[in-house]
Amino acid sequence: MTDIDSVPPSVVELVARMTGDEKHDPSVNSTLDVLWVLYDQVLRVFPDAPDHPDRDRFLLSKGHGPASTYAVLAAKGFFPVGWLDDVASWHSRLGHHPDRTLVPGIEIGSGSLGHGLPIAVGMALGLRDRSRARVVVLVGDAELDEGSNAEAIAVAGRFGLDNLTCVVVDNHSDNLGWPGGIAARFALEGWQVADVAAHDHAALAGALRTVARDRPSAVVVDTTLHAGVRGQEVAA
Amino acid sequence: MSAAEMRTRFYAELDPVLAANPNAVLVLAVIGAGYVGETIARRPGQVVDVGIREQAMMGVAGGLALTGRRPIVHTFAPFLVERAYEQIKLDLGHQDVGALLVSAGASYDVSSGGRTHQAPGDVALVSALPGWTVHVPGHGDEVAELLRREAAGAGRVYVRLSGQHNARPQPVDGRVHLVRDVSGGVAGGAPLVLAVGPMLDVVLEATRDLPVRVAHTNTPHPLDADGLRELTGPTPMLAVVEPYLAGTSAAGVAAALADRPARVLHVGVPRDAELRRYGTPRDHAAAHGLDAAGVRRQVEGLLG
Repeated sequence: MTDIDSVPPSVVELVARMTGDEKHDPSVNSTLDVLWVLYDQVLRVFPDAPDHPDRDRFLLSKGHGPASTYAVLAAKGFFPVGWLDDVASWHSRLGHHPDRTLVPGIEIGSGSLGHGLPIAVGMALGLRDRSRARVVVLVGDAELDEGSNAEAIAVAGRFGLDNLTCVVVDNHSDNLGWPGGIAARFALEGWQVADVAAHDHAALAGALRTVARDRPSAVVVDTTLHAGVRGQEVAA
Repeated sequence: MSAAEMRTRFYAELDPVLAANPNAVLVLAVIGAGYVGETIARRPGQVVDVGIREQAMMGVAGGLALTGRRPIVHTFAPFLVERAYEQIKLDLGHQDVGALLVSAGASYDVSSGGRTHQAPGDVALVSALPGWTVHVPGHGDEVAELLRREAAGAGRVYVRLSGQHNARPQPVDGRVHLVRDVSGGVAGGAPLVLAVGPMLDVVLEATRDLPVRVAHTNTPHPLDADGLRELTGPTPMLAVVEPYLAGTSAAGVAAALADRPARVLHVGVPRDAELRRYGTPRDHAAAHGLDAAGVRRQVEGLLG
């Protein structure tokens, strides 16, 4: 019996299995809630057929801190949990930034910031009218600095890509800040937007499931509302 | 229009190519859209114009390819290759997907536009990334054939259109072909001048009474090493004439001839200075030593 508002201890343990020398610790923590809710309650994916043409696509745009993604994929059976023991070693398929050609369930190789959202726009265009699959891309609040995101936010809004969802994990790590809030920037470009707290899994699942019929959706997840860890998250 | 003219030919061929390849999607960043208005109206699902957003243009191409589409990405060379170079590297190459990139405005085609609209380093940049094939056609017929073939493929392909073209089309089979043997019965070991793409007619004129053979390719990368070795023999003396950055093909030539003593001259757009002049493409060709007189002068230097 697990609390619906927390990631199961077994999954947290899988993350811990990797995090001894994990390069980007804080971003691991800030994305685990989102990833767990996505893979446990929202995404339509097939661990036994990871390339299924009608699978929902999840893109980890920021690429840093992939430990949480690896842990969730392993927990869901995309690959053996044993892969988590030697991350970033010569013999491992799992690196500090993921490579889609090496890992079942990883949709894009990422690590350089600002690539996932434009790629997700292309995927949404490619799938539109051909599949019911959704495209969900996760970006960080600091990653939004990259101008490529501004390009993609505008394009997705004007094209009304209703099969696209952008999850912004906001741990307030952006150096210059986003006056007026992050959601407002998406809303101005015609996106449906929602602000939720990372720890509220029910609200998170609800926001991530809600799609509009004629526009893309953005879900801004504030990780600093996760009681007790704000200082740690901000330290990113 | 002249059938030889490459850019107008490209636009004219797009509609039938999109019709024949339902998975093909033309990805634009405004430039070119004005030439394909009818196609956009007829096939809205197969044309994406992202506005003046080259990073998005290339990222969208990567995403389309990841869903099984065949992106055909087109704009001027500097904005296609240089503006979003990391997107070419990561959103296509690193994702292990393909796209057909087609540039207009080669090297100094936009001579009157100045440096901002010139990218003589484009072939060198694309060639520096794994898995790319670079075609430099010299005639509209070559463009049409390349477009039809590569739109139906899945590889990473760069096609470089230029305003300069040859009078007649050449084969587009990726090989190095002998176009003119040496006149006057000089023995088979005569030096070889390899003209790339639209440089062929210039090279033929420049060398018409010189004791050299002339070969041609419109696929400088990967270079047809076997063909080059066969034509240059055991002690190669070779001039490579390319309409972009001088020495762009040097690595391919050096690898092809690594096992034999070779003298190789690389002719192209000089690397060491930015030409801060406007004028015509002809003016720029002359300034770079890429007109017939300049090519002749450099080849004579090699012959000694």
